[in-house]
Amino acid sequence: MTDSPITGSTATPAPAAAAQAAPSDSGLQPGTLIEPARQRAPGTAMIAIDAISKWYGDFRVLHECTTAVAKGEVVVVCGPSGSGKSTLIKCVNALEPFQKGQITVDGTKIADKATNLPKLRSRVGMVFQHFELFPHLSITDNLTIAQRKVLGRPKEEAHKRGLDLLARVGLSAHAKKFPGQLSGGQQQRVAIARALAMNPVVMLFDEPTSALDPEMVGEVLDVMVELAREGMTMMVVTHEMGFARKVADRVIFMDQGEIVEDAGKDDFFGKPRSERAQTFLSKILQH
Amino acid sequence: MNYTWNWGIFLEPSPEGTGTYADMLLSGLSWTIATALSSWVIAFCLGSLIGVLRTLPSKAARAVGTAYVELFRNVPLLVQMFLWYFVLPEVLPGSLGSWIKQLPNAPFYTAVACLGFFTASRVAEQVRAGIESLPRGQRMAGTAMGFTVAQTYRYVLLPNAYRIILPPLTSEFLNNLKNTSVALTIGLLELTGRARSMQEFSFQVFEAFTAATILYVLVNLVVIAAATLIERRVAVPGQR
Ligand SMILES: Nc1ncnc2c1ncn2[C@@H]1O[C@H](COP(=O)(O)OP(=O)(O)OP(=O)(O)O)[C@@H](O)[C@H]1O
Ligand SMILES: [Mg+2]
Repeated sequence: MTDSPITGSTATPAPAAAAQAAPSDSGLQPGTLIEPARQRAPGTAMIAIDAISKWYGDFRVLHECTTAVAKGEVVVVCGPSGSGKSTLIKCVNALEPFQKGQITVDGTKIADKATNLPKLRSRVGMVFQHFELFPHLSITDNLTIAQRKVLGRPKEEAHKRGLDLLARVGLSAHAKKFPGQLSGGQQQRVAIARALAMNPVVMLFDEPTSALDPEMVGEVLDVMVELAREGMTMMVVTHEMGFARKVADRVIFMDQGEIVEDAGKDDFFGKPRSERAQTFLSKILQH
Repeated sequence: MNYTWNWGIFLEPSPEGTGTYADMLLSGLSWTIATALSSWVIAFCLGSLIGVLRTLPSKAARAVGTAYVELFRNVPLLVQMFLWYFVLPEVLPGSLGSWIKQLPNAPFYTAVACLGFFTASRVAEQVRAGIESLPRGQRMAGTAMGFTVAQTYRYVLLPNAYRIILPPLTSEFLNNLKNTSVALTIGLLELTGRARSMQEFSFQVFEAFTAATILYVLVNLVVIAAATLIERRVAVPGQR
């Protein structure tokens, strides 16, 4: 495992400041999305990815990927389509198996046979490109079912936590609706609240805004920005470079299954070293 | 054609001495319904299990599921009925075989088992298709929440799959109901069998089978009405 320098801002703004920073049109309520204990404590690796490689048959999807995400750090992963970003992030909560290397999440080794994967996953929040809310369950049930069935929380407690988080993402009025009755942006905000309801130690996002109509991208990014400012550890696959500029500590650039760049935000945007990263950046920043 | 219609025949006593011909047909209908419902319980539970096996990541589980389906849906139902009734008791260990043969109502239990195992292979295919039609991300989302494989099926995949396959499952239920008539070949006194006895005793073939037809249609209509009710009850707001 390499010790990537943790760059970017070191001070955590007070929750009040974070709430203020969020634009009001998203309907975000003031308050914290995560508890203070989970907030930034630089130096401890929450996710350590150690030389992992993965093959689909003969095709090598990931090649010797090594990086680390410190507690409270926000890392943006970008790169061309097919470069392995989704695969890498899915390895972190063992949704995808890998053949070589090791990933440690909050001290738990994923590739250990003895590791209880469901338990580990319950502590890692994941947000998908296509939301993946459970369509047959009301918003409230979406927010509470895993709390109750995985964490064993009593119904009332799960309800309270679910509805609190729903309020924080500005969707209290929709508690009784079903996913099919919400817009894409609203569904994605519910999906974020659903993941947060499990009190995750880290949040993974796989292109959370790329399936959204442009006018809904902002409301979802607002929630993510607030989350980042509150000190949540986040690994975010996205091409929203505005988001990266605003809250990322580091940016990882991948190409053909390799981590080509792993640098502090300012270094990355200032002077990306590889030609591949430069070409990629010039392409997506032109739009 | 030289045929004397006699609709009054239903009120005449049947030669079996247990009531009228109408009573005879209705008792046949009740055996038909009992057989259909009992075998459906087996078909639904076993079929769901086999269908789930065919969607698991484990190759061995999928192979078991596939073998089951191919075995039971590729042998004619009539042959299966004979195998269960005439062959199985002979190949089982002596005491078990003779225990089966002396069961009161052996045709009923045999028909329930035979239809249950046969229809299970068809239910399994529907369940598998339903699960496979769900977006791949649903399984992933369930897994990512910390659900075990069993919980992912119980809380995410199956509730969605059953909603999707409700119409084809209704067809399978109706098929199973009609397939009970095959059990007349092993001596089950179900509706078709009773209509045939009535024809043999009374020679009123048209009345007997008209009545049987109407009874089958009525029961099927009730099933369809019930299925529509269920469909409405489990419909998810905002979908489709
Ligand atoms: N199940 C699979 N079997 C074989 N190859 C796969 C499978 N899943 C993904 N791949 C391949 O692995 C590579 C990496 O896929 P991945 O989804 O991680 O890319 P990505 O960087 O997330 O791309 P995108 O930006 O399009 O989402 C791709 O070339 C893809 O074709
Ligand atoms: Mg991807």
